[in-house]
Amino acid sequence: MTATEFALRTDGLGKRYRKGWALRDCTLALPAGGVIALVGPNGAGKTTLLRLIVGLLAPSTGTVEVLGHDVTASTPQTLSRVGFLAQDHPLYKRFTVAEMLRFGRACNLRFDQGLAERRLAKLGIPLDRRAGTLSGGQQAQVALALALAKRPDLLVLDEPVASLDPLARHEFLQVLMGAVAEGGVTVLFSSHVVHELERVCDHLVVLNHGRVTLTGDIDTLLAEHRLLVGPRTTTDLDRAGTVVEAVHSDRHTTLLVRDGAIPAAPGWQARPIALEDLVLAYLRRPFEPSAAATSGAAA
Amino acid sequence: MFVFRLDTHSGVPPYLQLVQQVRQAVLLGFLQPGDRLPLIREVVEDLAINPNTVAKAYRQMEQENLVTGRPGQGTFVNEQQSAAMSASTYTSLRRGLATWLRRAYAAGLDEQAVNALFTSVHQQTRNEDVA
Repeated sequence: MTATEFALRTDGLGKRYRKGWALRDCTLALPAGGVIALVGPNGAGKTTLLRLIVGLLAPSTGTVEVLGHDVTASTPQTLSRVGFLAQDHPLYKRFTVAEMLRFGRACNLRFDQGLAERRLAKLGIPLDRRAGTLSGGQQAQVALALALAKRPDLLVLDEPVASLDPLARHEFLQVLMGAVAEGGVTVLFSSHVVHELERVCDHLVVLNHGRVTLTGDIDTLLAEHRLLVGPRTTTDLDRAGTVVEAVHSDRHTTLLVRDGAIPAAPGWQARPIALEDLVLAYLRRPFEPSAAATSGAAA
Repeated sequence: MFVFRLDTHSGVPPYLQLVQQVRQAVLLGFLQPGDRLPLIREVVEDLAINPNTVAKAYRQMEQENLVTGRPGQGTFVNEQQSAAMSASTYTSLRRGLATWLRRAYAAGLDEQAVNALFTSVHQQTRNEDVA
């Protein structure tokens, strides 16, 4: 049951390195069939969380359940259902593209080489070229084609578009979204770029200082949050629901509120907030242990 | 074939942008009854957009009776009952707005001020209608 509803569940997940906690109290339930963005600044713990999810790291606390199976007890069969694309799209640079595909087929239980070849042919990437001589965008496409050839139920990508130029980024997302349209794959990717998230994601996880500060369905989050603009005030703010952020200028106050009604006082206007601004507001927020714990549990 | 656009800075959710574009195109006659919309897959690969977003937009358009999805064939624009306004209403509204805009610019308002004024009055009128 959980396997069909949720692609991924974590409970109290944490990871401690020698220098301290990289991730703490991470409790998430991410729906199957969606595209989930994991957003946060560099050093927020994104890569640690992704590596815990695919079983490359063992948790210090808590559990990870992927497609209904505990990751720490995973078998080759469950692992074959998860695809992982590490940062910078690593390929064996001296291998030709065809050799990379043969390598992929040899190392995976499930591998659709024909599918990968068709994808690369459509993109005009020659199979006889060495991976190291391809452009950054083409290398990313080869790595993505390899990951998709596994026909994974869950595809995890660490900063897949960070190093790509705008055109290569668009082409990469076209292929990735096309794969989602074919059905059957849940995509989880990390990014420190919040621009343009809205067009590719349904679901959002914001990570900051090793904690989940916001998570949920994007349409729901946008509907729950509003910007209230009115005459400058520093009192009576509790009437306006949960204030996420308050910005005061000489005459105006702008409040970002969650589940808040518009104040009855005259001169107040409510405006919807753009996703990018919402994410930035949560990233700017000073860290409060109790608030982070409740928003994580509400996932 | 109808082509969708996406404005990532508008603050309007992407699915709603798609719905609004079809609604507007129908209203202005760019889309006519029987026209086929692109397949979800085509929109996805064209815009690099989440397929669930496109599916949601198409579902909403079906609920609004704007289009009908026929399995295996595609999604087609419906015959509109009252949605499409008459040509004379359209012309007269458009002319009225143009006159108002010329007055606003003549009074020294710039584009931003015009938008702010329009939004403010629009919001107020809507609130009065709700109340």
